[in-house]
Amino acid sequence: MTITAEPRVEGKGGYKVVGTRPIRHDGLEKVTGQARYGADVHLPGMLHGKVLRSPHAHARIVSIDARRALAHPGVEAVITSAEFPQPSGKVADLGEGAMMNPKFLSNNTMAVGKVLYKGHPVAAVCAVSQHVAEEALSLIDVEYEVLPPVLNAMDAMKDDAPVLHERLFTADTPFVRPGGLRDDDDSAKGSNVSSHFVFEIGDLDKGFAEADVVVEREYRTKAVHQGYIEPHAATATWNRDGRITIWCSSQGQFAMRDQTALVLGVPASQIKVIPLEIGGGFGGKTLIYLEPVAALLSKKTGRPVKVAMSRQEVFEGTGPTSGSFMKVKMGATKEGRLTAAKATLIYEAGAYPGSPVNPGAQCMLGPYDIPNGRVEAYDVVINAPKVAAYRAPGAPAAAYAAESVVDELAEKLNMDPIDFRLLNGAKEGTRRITGPVFPRIGYLETLRATKDHPHYSAPLEGAYRGRGVASGFWFNGSGPSSATASVDHDGTVSLLEGSPDIGGTRAAVAMQMAEVLGLPAEDVHPSIGDTDSIGFTSNTGGSSVAFKTGWACYEAAQDIKRQMIERAAAIWDVSPGDVDLADGVFLHKSDPELRFTFKELAGLLLETGGPIVGRAAVDPRGVGGAFAAHVVDVEVDPETGKTQILRYTALQDAGTAVHPSYVEGQMQGGAVQGIGWALNEEYFFDDDGRMSNASFLDYRMPTSLDLPMIDTEIVEVPNPGHPYGVRGTGEIPIVPPMAAIANAIYKATGVRMTQLPMSPGAVLDALGRCEGKQDGG
Amino acid sequence: MSKKTHVTTNINGSDVEFLCESRQSLLEVLRDVLNMTGTKEGCNDGNCGACSVIVEGRLIDSCLMLAVETEGKSVTTIEGVASTDGLHPIQQAFLEHAALQCGICTPGFIVAAKALLEREPEVDEGRVRHWLAGNLCRCTGYDKIVRAVLDAGQRMKGG
Repeated sequence: MTITAEPRVEGKGGYKVVGTRPIRHDGLEKVTGQARYGADVHLPGMLHGKVLRSPHAHARIVSIDARRALAHPGVEAVITSAEFPQPSGKVADLGEGAMMNPKFLSNNTMAVGKVLYKGHPVAAVCAVSQHVAEEALSLIDVEYEVLPPVLNAMDAMKDDAPVLHERLFTADTPFVRPGGLRDDDDSAKGSNVSSHFVFEIGDLDKGFAEADVVVEREYRTKAVHQGYIEPHAATATWNRDGRITIWCSSQGQFAMRDQTALVLGVPASQIKVIPLEIGGGFGGKTLIYLEPVAALLSKKTGRPVKVAMSRQEVFEGTGPTSGSFMKVKMGATKEGRLTAAKATLIYEAGAYPGSPVNPGAQCMLGPYDIPNGRVEAYDVVINAPKVAAYRAPGAPAAAYAAESVVDELAEKLNMDPIDFRLLNGAKEGTRRITGPVFPRIGYLETLRATKDHPHYSAPLEGAYRGRGVASGFWFNGSGPSSATASVDHDGTVSLLEGSPDIGGTRAAVAMQMAEVLGLPAEDVHPSIGDTDSIGFTSNTGGSSVAFKTGWACYEAAQDIKRQMIERAAAIWDVSPGDVDLADGVFLHKSDPELRFTFKELAGLLLETGGPIVGRAAVDPRGVGGAFAAHVVDVEVDPETGKTQILRYTALQDAGTAVHPSYVEGQMQGGAVQGIGWALNEEYFFDDDGRMSNASFLDYRMPTSLDLPMIDTEIVEVPNPGHPYGVRGTGEIPIVPPMAAIANAIYKATGVRMTQLPMSPGAVLDALGRCEGKQDGG
Repeated sequence: MSKKTHVTTNINGSDVEFLCESRQSLLEVLRDVLNMTGTKEGCNDGNCGACSVIVEGRLIDSCLMLAVETEGKSVTTIEGVASTDGLHPIQQAFLEHAALQCGICTPGFIVAAKALLEREPEVDEGRVRHWLAGNLCRCTGYDKIVRAVLDAGQRMKGG
């Protein structure tokens, strides 16, 4: 069957491939059901594993007795923490700043001594079928001594709060995110605060003294889940020679390998991780959960073992993002110039340290040039699932608070909220509160595009309707990345790269290779290598793949180009310096008779010196930060408190949009996750710390029926730090929505919503407390 | 372990026989017994639509139907949507509109859209949004999916 792409339209910036919209290379497999995801592995002789999880939020494990389970027909093995080597609590650096505390990582995979949240694994079983494994779970007898749970950060920080980790110390820098334990000779009591640090710039008192208008507010947000549709699954074989093979879907096969090696106490080289397609991650598939469990069950039985989570297990046993308590104070002169900002961010890490409070603190004031600022941050453990990264980790909640205060300041100053941002907006040379100075960024361009967008000036009439706007900053990431590519004799290129493809990155990186070689995008065939076949590549995360792996593909293409030029020169018996590649044709610079198309030369390689393989391994600097602004119209039903999104427009600076359709897709998807976070989503815990809404029905993510079309406008201010000007695009679109919607609800009702979610009940409560405006906008 | 039942059903136009336990869902049998893993599990409780299949012309969540109930019935899964001649217009529209990102929900959406458009190719945005409300996508925000389905409807009407 053939697939036809849209007619090729030349991209911006004079590019032939970059900026066009070819059909993604992996598209056919994904629309036909052929693509293999985490749970699609079936191996001969495979057993099915299930994990027994704690019913209590906080309890001591008194005993585990698996005899009844082991006697159940069809059950092959049961494991508990006794099978896990217990690594030290000393922080390990897995490279590129991926710090891990091996003990916490291990204990989150299988509890030791205590359970710290409902859903915490205490044992695992494998059997001939999933049903038998499930039956066996109920036959494992666990005796618990139930302890009082700590259910939010405010309670956890009280002097008399129950302590989750008896030996946890409070770090005073942001660099010990995974948390650490006190030295053996230190007998001080453990704390639930795993880190507490401050970023400061200028003179805060002076700044507030210069302000004519000051707004100070407190905000609370709840834990929300990434909500990827594919539950976690891992399949493992532990061979007799000690070699372990793991098939799983994740945001990084190397991260899965290295974390599993830490927990199992084996060298990383003993483990091969084969990446399968990933059914959504959003940051939530950067941590191991099932991989060591499947491996140990395989070791015990000598057979392949697959362990897959149910949806309830995903909610209760994998990372949501932090709930937070925030306090923000900002001041401005009567002319509208920001003079000072002060914020306190308290983020709930769940059962083990490591909330994203540091990136939240770094990003919350990023859009602004503020001479005097102070952000104080706390990372606090509570009896809830350990948080994992979630799209621009830490930034959305912090931006919700900061951008709500900015809206209020603009209102008090009687200024248009975009004009207020334009007056104070960060640009090249602006120093961030955390120290770095911005290179060329596109915030002001994004704001101007927002103001010029038809949505911003469209009439919006009717009671209880309002329009809100908010912006956001995310710094974007990079990291090591590898690519190898071989020229096939038919003139196409087979590309092997290391970044699992969550949202079209195969296409985005292959297009950058094609651009260098003058080939159509379809002539580069990308695939994603396992840990034994491709060089180390850091996670698909931090909006880094189009940037770093795109760069690796650019460099690997340059390597091919250099070798092919040398080959053409050898065939023609001329100097390589006299040969050029233009539009897919190798040319002698002065003799027009000497020319090969890429395909012609590719066909000659095997008889003129052998195949050509290009390679690159990079760790690029030059990341360009991302800015976005969103505009939203809402209508609030005063009878029910329900907020309907009437119209939504997302704008952002993508640097260069390599494949604009997938950049738009990121913007739309991020905006809608933000809409869910703003209006319905939350982890709802009962008084004992048990999640009450651990299903898609009760957690209630946005459906197609809840939403309008999501308009997008891509602003392109090329990143000077990348060969094609690429910035990251995936995360920034989830930063502005909550504040934009809160600001819109204010315009619709006259009520400032200071808690997320702004669910119907919360809005009704707020309307009841305040005298709402009856005439809207 | 319980005794297995012999079931004969028609899947994607071919008669298929399998043995299953009475407690096994159609989803589980498709995936684990018949190795047809194109139908995905997202929640196993009827709330995400990733396992959408068509049974006797009706769109259902295969996680909510027991496999033994399909005796003598006809079932269409994602593996039966494309023909040997090429992709179904809905599949083609999904590719051209970039209506998928991670792709895990895509088979369910395509099957659900097929169930709609084969009866009702003349649909508007509201109808599509209402029909697809049982299928969750966390990546796209639905915009490009809705556009792809509307476009596919036009193509099917024309074809």
